[in-house]
Amino acid sequence: MGLDIRWPIGLMFTLIGVLLTGYGVFKLNINMIWGIVLLVFGSLMLFGAIRG
Amino acid sequence: MEPIKLLTIDYTILIAYVAFVIGIGWALSRYMKTSADFLTSARSIPTWVTGLAFISANLGALELVGMAASGAKYGISTAHFYWLGAIPAMIFLAVFMMPFYYGSKARSVPEYLKMRFDERVRALNSVAFAVMTIFASGISMNALAKLLNQLLGWNYDLALWICSGVVLMYVLKGGLTSAIYTEVLQFFMIVLGFAPVVYLGLKDVGGWGAMSQSLQGVAVETAASKGTEYAANAWTSAWQPLLAGPAHNPMGVDLFAMVFGLGFVLSFGYWCTNFLVVQRAMAAKNMAAARNTPLIAAVPKLLFPFLVIVPGMIAVALTAMPSKDYRIPPPVISQENYTKAIAAVRSTNPALPEAGVAAVESALGEKVDSKKLGTLIADNAKGGLTDTQIKTGIYNSIAAYDYDGVILSLVKKYCPPGLLGLALTALLASFMSGMAGNVTAFNTVFTYDLYQAYFVKNQTDKHYFWAGKVVTVAGIVLSIAAAYFASMYNNAMDIIQLVFGFVNAPLFATFLLGMFWKRTTGTGAFLGLFLGICGSALFHALTITTGNLPGVKGGYLGVLHVFPSEMAQNFWLASFAFIVCFALTVAISFATKSQKTDEDLKGLVYSLTPKIKPGDVPFYLQPGVVGVVLLIACLIMNLIFW
Repeated sequence: MGLDIRWPIGLMFTLIGVLLTGYGVFKLNINMIWGIVLLVFGSLMLFGAIRG
Repeated sequence: MEPIKLLTIDYTILIAYVAFVIGIGWALSRYMKTSADFLTSARSIPTWVTGLAFISANLGALELVGMAASGAKYGISTAHFYWLGAIPAMIFLAVFMMPFYYGSKARSVPEYLKMRFDERVRALNSVAFAVMTIFASGISMNALAKLLNQLLGWNYDLALWICSGVVLMYVLKGGLTSAIYTEVLQFFMIVLGFAPVVYLGLKDVGGWGAMSQSLQGVAVETAASKGTEYAANAWTSAWQPLLAGPAHNPMGVDLFAMVFGLGFVLSFGYWCTNFLVVQRAMAAKNMAAARNTPLIAAVPKLLFPFLVIVPGMIAVALTAMPSKDYRIPPPVISQENYTKAIAAVRSTNPALPEAGVAAVESALGEKVDSKKLGTLIADNAKGGLTDTQIKTGIYNSIAAYDYDGVILSLVKKYCPPGLLGLALTALLASFMSGMAGNVTAFNTVFTYDLYQAYFVKNQTDKHYFWAGKVVTVAGIVLSIAAAYFASMYNNAMDIIQLVFGFVNAPLFATFLLGMFWKRTTGTGAFLGLFLGICGSALFHALTITTGNLPGVKGGYLGVLHVFPSEMAQNFWLASFAFIVCFALTVAISFATKSQKTDEDLKGLVYSLTPKIKPGDVPFYLQPGVVGVVLLIACLIMNLIFW
């Protein structure tokens, strides 16, 4: 079907990871920890999509 | 439970998720050119995607809200729905049944039944399935809209229509493929959204050991206060309380009902014949991918009890720890009734607390703990408590538990803004994946097995492509109607699920005989299935459970047997229906002539189908070998929680 699902998964979790980490920094607390987890997960998905 | 206030960060996460799922639908829309693209993904999806979609399609409201509730009610025994009631059936589907589903080139499970038997069996199965998926979808959306109403104060109608509209947008654009792709997104969202709740809950309760110790105290206290025969391990062991008998485990189930009723009939009937999940495997890009789909799904399924059942156990353990300031939420009570109860507390003479207890119970419509309420009345008489303090005291004194509120109460307790948005988005994702899964299964079955088979034959593919789109819209509208139906009648959910049980219970016998006994005839299959459904209705009409009155819970034609719990009644009903269907299908098949030759049945029956050669697949990656490894892992889980 031409769409690699890892792109939207990677982009979405990277975005949410950045949001959570940023919120945790300005408001480690649980938001920062989980934001980093999501950021790493999203980045790995994007890395997989780029390798394709 | 007071409504939760969401902040901008929470709404941002929610909106980002909705934007991505709609975006996936739009990105896939340009690839939708034929009815096969739209309704069956043109058999093109990679294994890991179909595997995660297979598990995610089953990750609806029942799984997240219902399993946490069961974890609180029954403890680790709830894991029987996974380690006994799912994994073995998924392995059986992968190793033995997918070669027929996929190899026959059937576009749906009812179409396989038509190829194996005849039109009558297909019609019976497809009509029953289409009706059931619409109601299942409606029940899921009703639960979601009610939840958003109680939790966030959103308007019920608005929540129902907006969530349904989002599902419609991506399913209408990208068909089954967009449903499968978003299910993968939803799978990760659910796992990553709820994992922190489990982690923080376990940390708060003092770790696994402290939780087990607290649960053992609960079991001993329950045995003392309610006169049950529970041993201390009733909530922490899966098999020992079961082996001790129905009176010794919170489920009230005996060993035969659990192993045969749940572990064989119900689980194989669901995982091996329900088109909602089988459709994901049938969308895989080749036979190997189709067979590996349930095996990939079995890995997270093996670990899911820790994500969905443990929160319920944490809630029970926390409730037993006064210092934690937590209780399993009571049933939802209107603000108006709370106001009446507060007035009753204020007007009670502290020398006569019994009158206050009666007045509060009358105002709330619920039983209260008289000791806790007596203390509240005395405290108010001494110091003059505020309305908020009295309301909290009344809330904590209500005796009944609303187990369905467990997971949300933990989300509210542990998730700060940000993480709260993630957890609620995960909850929303689970409901939406349930609806999308049901709607895509409905539109395939309705378009191919009813519309094309009986109403408009021999049209162009473009016609069926557009018919599929129209059926998708109709499916969503009917789901919304079913949601309103479920919300209007208190008994609607019970009746719908009861009918599901009647139809599903005998189904696996038909498939088992059809796939593994070539002598099974179309007449035998049709009459066996129909009479099996009648048999399950009759069984229900003649049995009841302790504490229930004759009616929707059974016993309306007389009471031949009383079961200790509804779960035991359901498991025995399934066992009975399976045996009736199996025996009658065999007997009628011997008495009737098969219309199919051996050549017709090639690829549809085990003994007439050439065995699949492993080719260049390494030994350790062959479905049979992977299946054995998964079974061993499943056995280890059962032994750990014996």
